[in-house]
Amino acid sequence: MTTKNSLTQKSMPLYPAKTKIQVTIIFFVVLGIYTFSMIKTQEDMVGGFGGALGNMYTVIEKFFPPNFAILSAIWDSMMQTIQMAIIATTIAAILTVPLAVLSAQNITTFKPLYYVTRTFLNLLRTIPDLVLAVIFVGLFGVGVFPGILALTVFSLGILAKLISETIESVDMNPLEAMRASGGNVFQVIWYSLVPQVAPQFTSLVLYVFEINIRASVVLGMVGAGGIGLVLNQQLKFYNYPNAMTIIIVIFATVLIIEFISNKLREALL
Amino acid sequence: MIEFKNVGLVYPNGTEGLKNINVTINEGEFVVIVGLSGAGKSTFIRSINRLVTPTSGSLLVDNEDILKYKGKNLRKLRTKVGMIFQNYNLVKRTNVFKNVLAGRLGHTGTLRSIFNLYSKEDKALAYNNLNRVNIAEKLYNRADELSGGQQQRVSIARVLTQKPKYILADEPVASLDPPTSHQVMTYLKKINKEDNITTIVNLHFIDMAMEYADRIIGMRAGEVVFDGPVSEVTEKTFEEIYGRSIREDDLRGGAQE
Repeated sequence: MTTKNSLTQKSMPLYPAKTKIQVTIIFFVVLGIYTFSMIKTQEDMVGGFGGALGNMYTVIEKFFPPNFAILSAIWDSMMQTIQMAIIATTIAAILTVPLAVLSAQNITTFKPLYYVTRTFLNLLRTIPDLVLAVIFVGLFGVGVFPGILALTVFSLGILAKLISETIESVDMNPLEAMRASGGNVFQVIWYSLVPQVAPQFTSLVLYVFEINIRASVVLGMVGAGGIGLVLNQQLKFYNYPNAMTIIIVIFATVLIIEFISNKLREALL
Repeated sequence: MIEFKNVGLVYPNGTEGLKNINVTINEGEFVVIVGLSGAGKSTFIRSINRLVTPTSGSLLVDNEDILKYKGKNLRKLRTKVGMIFQNYNLVKRTNVFKNVLAGRLGHTGTLRSIFNLYSKEDKALAYNNLNRVNIAEKLYNRADELSGGQQQRVSIARVLTQKPKYILADEPVASLDPPTSHQVMTYLKKINKEDNITTIVNLHFIDMAMEYADRIIGMRAGEVVFDGPVSEVTEKTFEEIYGRSIREDDLRGGAQE
């Protein structure tokens, strides 16, 4: 009776004291890491934020007004970038299918095969797209082809990972039913797995296509063709009004493509 | 004919699913397996189409030991032994017709099935089976648009399209309400009688077991503790199988008027 009374009077805590202490310690450790990083990174910022604000005016003055006269001249390169992204995304989407299935734990029950594909995909993802582009430009020379190769490898890593995770989260019951009705591996996959992942698959491919458009701009700067190559040239010649036009065109294109693919994804899911 | 001879099954984690099972199931029988959850009913039924593999003894289907089956033989066995599940296990985003045609997978080549090149006879068979369970009007509806009872009827049509010799039903009515449960059991019983398909059903509802079974097998802790025709079964038998007195929730109730 007495214990019950004292508990209600003191108002019981929501969490035990031990949890509270742990959370408090974690909070201060994280706070410490942030403070440390902030101090360290500020050390070699010469003028601090004041200088950046001052420079802003000079930069804007250099870039504006953009030179829209070159629009027709850069149109071809922009299209080239989009085409690179389309081709790379398509090839990656096809190659992803076997890799994603083999690296999904619920489908590939043969462990060694699963570990081999998983490791291969992990390795693929550790190589930055820029490094891939530098390697392929070195191998095949400046142009669109090395760009497509770099984008394909880069997006394959992302796509296969995302799709294998989608596969791992499907409802296994229909697969069991297909197996129980005497279907072989391909029939089981085609009849009960494909319908379950098809919408997510399409949505993820569109998402990777968006990423590829943006990535192909960056890749162009190391010689992998497309609009990035032109942008890099203009920046090197200090032709900032031209560069500004290119940046605006890229910005508009990315926005339009994102808008279209968002609409498509909404319709799918 | 299905014969269990000293069949035992130990799961990798050490749990004994089946202990020394000796049961013979004859052609055309309608057998109901009863027991509490965890008694080994599912393991028993899934051994017959090798969704699980017993670790000792021998299991004969039509006088052939199926425990060593692999690949092609295994798929052939599964074509002969159809299965109905508690959660219907339809492909939800696919339409009813294609779900039912999936019953032909074991009889159809990989490429033909991938490109939907089913013969006229197969399609007619699928449609007729949908008609038999009175759901042909939902032919082109997506499976997830149907109610639970309708989905279970589609899964019965799927299993029929497989033209099986045996049907296994693992708790086919556990997710359904009483009237729908009786409807589904009535269809299963009707098919058993009309097509002479040997049917083995897992149930935990005593009244339903009594109403539909020819023969009842009682299981407890992986062992067969009762095996006999339904006429020999009394409430006392169930108390022995369950190892406790019968309660309200052991009954489904709501028999069709």
